[in-house]
Amino acid sequence: MIQLSNVCKRYPGGYDALKNVSLTLADGEMAFLTGHSGAGKSTLLKLIALIERVTSGQIMVNNKNLARLARRRIPYFRRGIGVVFQDNKLLFDRTVFDNVALPLVVCGVPHKEIARRVRAALDKVGLLAKEKMRPITLSGGEQQRLGIARAVVNKPPLLLADEPTGNLDPELSNQIIDLFHDFNRHGVGVLIATHDLRHIERLKLRRLTLKDGAIVQDSAA
Amino acid sequence: MTSYLLRHLQVLFYSLGQLTRTPFASLVTVAVIGISLALPAGLYVLLDNMQRVSGAWDGAAQLSVFLKRDVSERAGLALAQKIRARPEIASVHYISREAALAEFKRLSGFGAALNALDGNPLPAVLAIRPSSAHADAATLDKLGKDLQAMHEVEQVQLDLDWIKRLNAIIELAQRGVWLLATVLALALTLIVGNTIRLAVLSRRTEIEIIKLVGGTDAFIRRPFLYSGLLQGLGGALLAWALLALVLALLAAPVQNLAALYGSRFELHGLDGQAGLVLLALGALLGWLGSRLAVGRHLRAIEPG
Repeated sequence: MIQLSNVCKRYPGGYDALKNVSLTLADGEMAFLTGHSGAGKSTLLKLIALIERVTSGQIMVNNKNLARLARRRIPYFRRGIGVVFQDNKLLFDRTVFDNVALPLVVCGVPHKEIARRVRAALDKVGLLAKEKMRPITLSGGEQQRLGIARAVVNKPPLLLADEPTGNLDPELSNQIIDLFHDFNRHGVGVLIATHDLRHIERLKLRRLTLKDGAIVQDSAA
Repeated sequence: MTSYLLRHLQVLFYSLGQLTRTPFASLVTVAVIGISLALPAGLYVLLDNMQRVSGAWDGAAQLSVFLKRDVSERAGLALAQKIRARPEIASVHYISREAALAEFKRLSGFGAALNALDGNPLPAVLAIRPSSAHADAATLDKLGKDLQAMHEVEQVQLDLDWIKRLNAIIELAQRGVWLLATVLALALTLIVGNTIRLAVLSRRTEIEIIKLVGGTDAFIRRPFLYSGLLQGLGGALLAWALLALVLALLAAPVQNLAALYGSRFELHGLDGQAGLVLLALGALLGWLGSRLAVGRHLRAIEPG
C-alpha cells in the first residue's frame, strides 16, 4: 500500500520536482505512472523507495511512515520493495545467479534456500539457462529481465519500475509488462513509470499522469 | 548460531579472494605494515635480550659483610650459618681473618709491607650471594640494612649502583619503545584506513546496489573489516618473519662477541606468546583502521 499526502520535493537549487502530490495505491493494485520526461515520475518512485526524502508532506508505504523511519531501519524497509531501474543497476563482475541472489544474501537466507528461490525467479523471467553467465553477455531485454528477477526474488509485496521498457523493441516491452502483470495477478502491488502509452491502452489499468510535478489525471481502468 | 559463523567464514574467504585479486596493492600494504611492526618488535627483542644479560649480572651481585675484629672465628661461622638460613640467600662464604690476609697478600703484591705489621689488620668477611629470585635492588637494599643492624657486623658493602643505572637505562629504553610503538600503531591504522578507503571508493557501485536491495551497513562493512584484519595479520606475520631473519643473521656474530667475553649468551627471538601478541595487535590495528575508514565513507555513498 502506498499513500502520498501533499508531497512536495524541492531539489537543492530550488527546482520543484513534485508539487503537492497526493495519491493512494491499494494493496495488490497495479498502476502506470506517465508523463513527459522531467514530469517527476522518477522522483516519485525514489521518494517511495526512500532513495530521496520528501521536502514536505507524508508518505506511507507498507504501513510505515517514511518520515519517521530512522536511517538504520532503511535497509529493512527496502527489503519490502522490489525496484527495477531503467539502467538495471546490475553487478557486472558477478554471474546472473549471484546478481539475483544478492537481495537474499543480504537478508541472510540459508544457502540451499537461496539456490531454490533464485532458480525459481530466473525461471519466471526465462533466464534459467543463463545463470552462470555474466550480465554483460546478455541482450538488453535479458538484462532488463535479470533486473526484474532480482526485484522479485525475495517476494516483496510491492514492485516499483522506472521505465522498464526504455530501450526495448515493442515485442520485448510487451513481454516485460506482461511479466509485471503476472506478478500483480499473484497479489503484488505494482507501480510502473513509463512514457510508453501503448501498454496502458492494451491492459486497461489505472493511469496516473504527472505534469510539471503535479498529478493532472488519475483515471481508473 | 552456526549459520551466523558460517556466514562470517564465507565473508572471510570472500575478503581473502578480494585481496588476491589485487595482489600487488595488497602486498605493498602488507609490506608497509610488516616493516612498521618489525621496528618496535625488534626493539622489544633487543631490550628483552639486554634484560637477560643484566639479569645474569644481577645474580652476580654480591654483598661483602665485614665483621668486627673482636668476633671470634666460631662466632663468625655461627653467624654465617644464621644468615644462610634466610630465604633470600643463595650462599654464604666465611673468609677468616687469616684467609683474608693470605688472599690479600697473594693478590695485592703488598706482601712484604704487610709482613712489617705486627698484627693482622684485616677483618673477617662473609661473602654473601643472594638467590637470583631476590636479586632486585630493593630486596638487596633491605638485606644490606638488616645485616648492618647485626651487632657482629662492622660494615656491609653492597655495590648496586651500576645495576640500578643499567636498569634505569633499560626502563628508559622501554618507555621509548612503547612511545615509538604507539606512534607506529597510529600510522598503521591510517595506512590500513587509506587502503580500505580506496577499496570502498572503487566498489562504490556495488555498495550502492547492495544498499538498494536492503543490505545493512554492517553487511556492507563486514568484508572490508575482514580485509583490514587480514592485511594487519599478514603484516604481523611478515614482521615476525623479518625479525626471525634479522636475528638469524645476527646470531653468529653475537655468539662470537659473547665468546670473547667468556659468556655463552645467545640471542633470543620473539617467544610464542610475544609472537601471538604481535599477531593479535596487527590484526586489531588492521580491523580498527578499516573500521574507521569504512564508517566514514559508507555513509557518504547513498544510491541517488
